[in-house]
Amino acid sequence: MTDPGTAELTAYARSLGIEVEGEEGGLPVLAVDFTRNVEGRPGHFHGGATAGLLETAGYAALRTRLLAEGRDPQLKPIGITVQYLSAGRSKRTFALARIARLGRRNANIAVEAWQDDRSRPIASAVMNILMA
Amino acid sequence: MRAPPALGTSLMSEQPKFDAQQAGKYFFRGGHTGWLGLEYVAHGENWVELKLPWREDLIGERDRHVLASGPIVSLMDMASGMSIWQTTGVFTPVATLDLRVDYQRPAREKSAVWGRVECYRTTRSAAFVRGIAHDGEENDPVAHIAGVFMQVSYDPEKRLEAQAENAKTEGRDDD
Repeated sequence: MTDPGTAELTAYARSLGIEVEGEEGGLPVLAVDFTRNVEGRPGHFHGGATAGLLETAGYAALRTRLLAEGRDPQLKPIGITVQYLSAGRSKRTFALARIARLGRRNANIAVEAWQDDRSRPIASAVMNILMA
Repeated sequence: MRAPPALGTSLMSEQPKFDAQQAGKYFFRGGHTGWLGLEYVAHGENWVELKLPWREDLIGERDRHVLASGPIVSLMDMASGMSIWQTTGVFTPVATLDLRVDYQRPAREKSAVWGRVECYRTTRSAAFVRGIAHDGEENDPVAHIAGVFMQVSYDPEKRLEAQAENAKTEGRDDD
């Protein structure tokens, strides 16, 4: 089993301040602190930064699962739909993905981001990713 | 038949009309969009185009010099918001409800990405946008986007005022 803590984050993710917080069910839990880099309207996450966290968690989960299966393809995004559920406030924010389908050529991934209360996500996303 | 009042008009009538070019000077000084280095490019009556410059630390893939899709979502989200303000003429806080991005192809290596979004419909509380991201040639987009935004109301007093005003409007076709 690949250690999710070693999931390789992109230059973009590291630059934004995204970190691997831990793991759950073999998949990485990511987190990002509230800084100026993620701020949209004052005191709140920018929708784009939230999407960046969700997307990074989606890729990290897929990469971790693929490596565990001995696969290492290039990943190409096909689509992402982000739903914003409540305002992202100025606090550390977490994200974890669930792999809904892993096929040979494509994967469908569901991701949630939350702050204090895991049961009340601030945003969710569905991603379709092509593997080449 | 009377058209429904545009998003936010009942709240901010004392503000000067929103201008994307002017607003960009303030928006991109700091925060997330400042960190990304977004730039104003152009606007029309109901659309805004912004630019996300190429930057090494925004790479999204191993071994390839291509911008990550995260910053492209941020670019499109910001261009969406500004297209709404440009359309309604008023700068009131909006919240993204739903944003969909379909990627047709990766951007070219070491290329900036431009995002052009139009606001094609507003109701009293919602605004609908669609747009493209491209890497220099509008006719060959990198991605298409569609989104829905809601007006954020902070002040309960003003919300009541707005509701009272809305109640007077006849022939409403939204909500």
